[in-house]
Amino acid sequence: MDDFDFGVIIQSLPFLWEGLQLSLWLTFLAIVGGIALGTLLALARLSGILPLSLLAAGYVNLIRSVPLILVIFWFYFLVPLVLGRPIGGFYSALIAFVLFEAAYYSEIMRAGIQSVRQGQVFAGKATGLNYWQIQRFVVLPQAFRNMIPILVTQGIILFQDTSLVFVVSLRDFMTASSIVARTEGRLVEMYLFAAVVYFVICFAGSLYVRRLKSRMAT
Amino acid sequence: MIEIEKISKWYGDFRVLTDCTTSVEKGEVVVVCGPSGSGKSTLIKCVNGLEPVQEGRISVEGQEVTAKSTNLTKLRSRIGMVFQHFELYPHMSVLENLCLAQEKVLKRSRDEAVSRAEELIERVGLSEHLTKFPSQLSGGQQQRVAIARSLAMDPIAMLFDEPTSALDPEMINEVLDVMVGLAKDGMTMMVVTHEMGFARKVADRVIFMDEGAIVEDRETQAFFSNPESDRAKDFLSKILNH
Amino acid sequence: MDYNWNWGVLFEEEYLGWLISGFWWTIAVALCAWCIAIVVGSLVGIGRTVPNRFIRAISGTYVELFRNVPLLVQMFIWYFAVPELVPDDWGRWMKRDMPNPEFTTAVIALALYTASRVAEQVRAGIETVPEGLNAAAKAHGLSVAQTYRHILLPISFRLIVPPLTSEFLTVFKNSSLALTIGLLELTAQSQQIAEYTFQGFEAFTAATVIYVCIALVATVISQSLERYTAIPGFVGKEA
Repeated sequence: MDDFDFGVIIQSLPFLWEGLQLSLWLTFLAIVGGIALGTLLALARLSGILPLSLLAAGYVNLIRSVPLILVIFWFYFLVPLVLGRPIGGFYSALIAFVLFEAAYYSEIMRAGIQSVRQGQVFAGKATGLNYWQIQRFVVLPQAFRNMIPILVTQGIILFQDTSLVFVVSLRDFMTASSIVARTEGRLVEMYLFAAVVYFVICFAGSLYVRRLKSRMAT
Repeated sequence: MIEIEKISKWYGDFRVLTDCTTSVEKGEVVVVCGPSGSGKSTLIKCVNGLEPVQEGRISVEGQEVTAKSTNLTKLRSRIGMVFQHFELYPHMSVLENLCLAQEKVLKRSRDEAVSRAEELIERVGLSEHLTKFPSQLSGGQQQRVAIARSLAMDPIAMLFDEPTSALDPEMINEVLDVMVGLAKDGMTMMVVTHEMGFARKVADRVIFMDEGAIVEDRETQAFFSNPESDRAKDFLSKILNH
Repeated sequence: MDYNWNWGVLFEEEYLGWLISGFWWTIAVALCAWCIAIVVGSLVGIGRTVPNRFIRAISGTYVELFRNVPLLVQMFIWYFAVPELVPDDWGRWMKRDMPNPEFTTAVIALALYTASRVAEQVRAGIETVPEGLNAAAKAHGLSVAQTYRHILLPISFRLIVPPLTSEFLTVFKNSSLALTIGLLELTAQSQQIAEYTFQGFEAFTAATVIYVCIALVATVISQSLERYTAIPGFVGKEA
């Protein structure tokens, strides 16, 4: 191990920290947007309105059968074309992630909504609440609560997924690590370091999920 | 006040209600009983449109439940309903359970809703539990909260769908007492229940159902002293002889 | 939107060839990785449920390690770091003489990553088998190995066919990460066509359609497998 120089990590910490901030920020925004859009998709699928539920199901199944990298390529190509002007890599990536993750979140929210007893909907209806009020105040809060561990787990996967913006050179933690690795010629040190950082964050997240689950079970 | 005329209902090929006709007058208490699977719960859920019917018509105070043009949510807000499994909202405190529809449907102010909730929760004898969550209450207490929640909407009639059948025996009376009080105050009530003591005490009429049809619909006294059909006799002997 | 459509580009010999070659690399990486992942994943998954504490700890560590590091990082570590970390002779061989290094590396990285996910499904499947069956097997005098061989595994493998289906689909999708170490699989080829011809719409649509077809075929295969392996009336502990 004499040939290795881990000092390079210390030197480039500020640069890596900027990358990590971008990763976390992208993760956060994509989770929020993904859950919001995913919930709408789930409601559409369960709406009982055939064209609407078919459309939502088609979207979800389409997105779920293509790789995230391809979706990222799609939106890097499409977004500037549709808007007629470039809006920067970050926003293209964010749109790609929200649209992609929404398909996965919608499946989670669908299961969550179905886990709420039919009687709860009846109780809402019986007091004259309308469809949106029942969803907003009765069903979704319970669905959300039941699904929190799975939603967080999906958030951890999403955080790992953000490393794929590497393919379009958006400077997240992964891209930053690989820039340092190449310019300093320290591939081994940098990639091992990246692995450790991702591991610590994701493992902490999964421990948190485990605690949530055991707390919910009691 | 509630008119049910020749309603029929199918789940696919399976017929759950057959030509049911009956009515409930203002201030009347009607008990619906019958063996399980006889369609009594389905019938009561049709009254406020929770279950659609394929044939016949139902009207409440002259408003047709079965008509497409009817604003069902508005109609439902005027008919209270109490469920077998309470269906309190588990993520809200007792107070919030009572206030939600008052504020969202009746558009009452927060203060109005809270003071009405406090009034009603006192009436069902649970004032000290206002800030608790449903899971912290016993089954009997939960059902009393559920009754208060319905009353908060100032309903013109109340529907009860087996309100005591999910309760442990020692809790049944606390719920029945609240219901008896309501009946004495002149509330119009339609109650699906097996509690024949309750029926004897407060019901004006008893409807006996079997296999999706109304078999008997008579004055309480007459029903208990002299049931006409063999099926009602059979049912009564099974339910009363232990 | 200002765009010159030209679907014909997909059928020009050169680009059509790229797509076809990309398709076969995707299939090859995914299937090879899947076969290894099933074997390794099953062993690790079983390892997480055995009475021996040491084996359980090792299996648990494997799962946490491979599940909590992004596949892309793992891919890079196998490709760039491992040849430096192994003894010099091996490293030299890996860098110089190993046949088809991008393909081999991609398969190994994808397989070991997928194995951690398969292992979790296998473990869940085994834990779903009712406790009573385990007790019954012991009462009959079966050894631990025999109990796994004849009771636990045959039941749990049937139970986990549906969740494994989705892992099987995921392998095809994840095989696209091989492009980051230079393997020109389907996604890479479509990106390359987009760059060469400026017909991004057509190129990405072609790749999307092919992935959707792969997903459809994989789903059909899995569903028939599901029907073939189903135990009538048995749904495990949870249902």
